[in-house]
Amino acid sequence: MHRDQLARREFLALAGAGVALMTLSPFAAEATPASVLQAIEKAIGAKAFKEGKIALELPQIAENGSVVPLGVTVESPMTEKDFVKSVHLYADGNPLPEIADYHFGPHNGKAEFSLRIRLAKSQKIVAVAQLSNGDVYIARREVKVTIGGCGG
Amino acid sequence: MAVKNIEPKVRVPGTVKKGEPFEIKCVVTHIMETGQRPNKETGGRFPRDILNKLIVTYGGKTVLHADWHPGVSSNPYTSFFVVATASGPMEFTWTDDKGETHKKSVNVNVAG
Repeated sequence: MHRDQLARREFLALAGAGVALMTLSPFAAEATPASVLQAIEKAIGAKAFKEGKIALELPQIAENGSVVPLGVTVESPMTEKDFVKSVHLYADGNPLPEIADYHFGPHNGKAEFSLRIRLAKSQKIVAVAQLSNGDVYIARREVKVTIGGCGG
Repeated sequence: MAVKNIEPKVRVPGTVKKGEPFEIKCVVTHIMETGQRPNKETGGRFPRDILNKLIVTYGGKTVLHADWHPGVSSNPYTSFFVVATASGPMEFTWTDDKGETHKKSVNVNVAG
C-alpha cells in the first residue's frame, strides 16, 4: 500500500525545483514532549485525550529528515452531526513543536490528508484530532531520522 | 537561488461523482525558510519566510483551511478530500509571512 501511495505522489516530484532549497542547516532542537502538550493546550484547550481513531502513517526510518511523507486518516462518518473539526500535528524533537493544523468539516467527506514534513532528528510525531462532539483523540509515532532534518 | 513565479500545481480527478469525496493534491514552490538556518556571511540566521496558510474554496465556501509552521518541508505538498457538489472552480490561496499570496484555480467537473 505504501508503495502504491508513493506512485500516486510521483507526479508531484516537481521537476527537482526544490533540490537547491533542500540544503537546510542544523537547528537547535528545543521542543520536548512537555512543550508539545503545552502547544496542544494552547491550540485547542485540551488536556485529556482518547486513544484510537487516528491512523498516522509515517516511515519507520526517514533517510532524509527534510522531506518526510506523512499521512493522517481519522475514522469519522463526516456527517453534519459527527465530523472531525481539526487535526493538529506536532513533533517533540524539532525546534518548534507545531507542524501543521488542518481544519475540516462535513464538506470534506473524509478526514484524511497528507503532507511532507521536516524532522530535525529521530523523534515522536503527535497527531491530535478534535471531533465535533468535543472528544479529542491522540496518536503518536516514533520516526528514526538518518540524516537530520536540516543537513546537520 | 530564489525560485520565483513557478505556478503552483493542483491535481483533481477529470470528472467526479456528485456527493462523493474526491482527492485533491497540490504543491507549490517555496523555500519555507525556517528562521533557524545560520547565515555564515552575517553570522546571524536567515529570516523566517514560510507559507503559513493554505485556504481552498469551492462552491462558495472554504473547504480546507490549513495552517503551516516551519516543520513543513520546502515546496510544500499536501492532499485532502472534498465532497463533490457542483461543477465549478476550486480556488487555492497560499499566504506567506509577508502577506503575499500565491493563487491557483482549477475547474472541478461533476457528473451525475
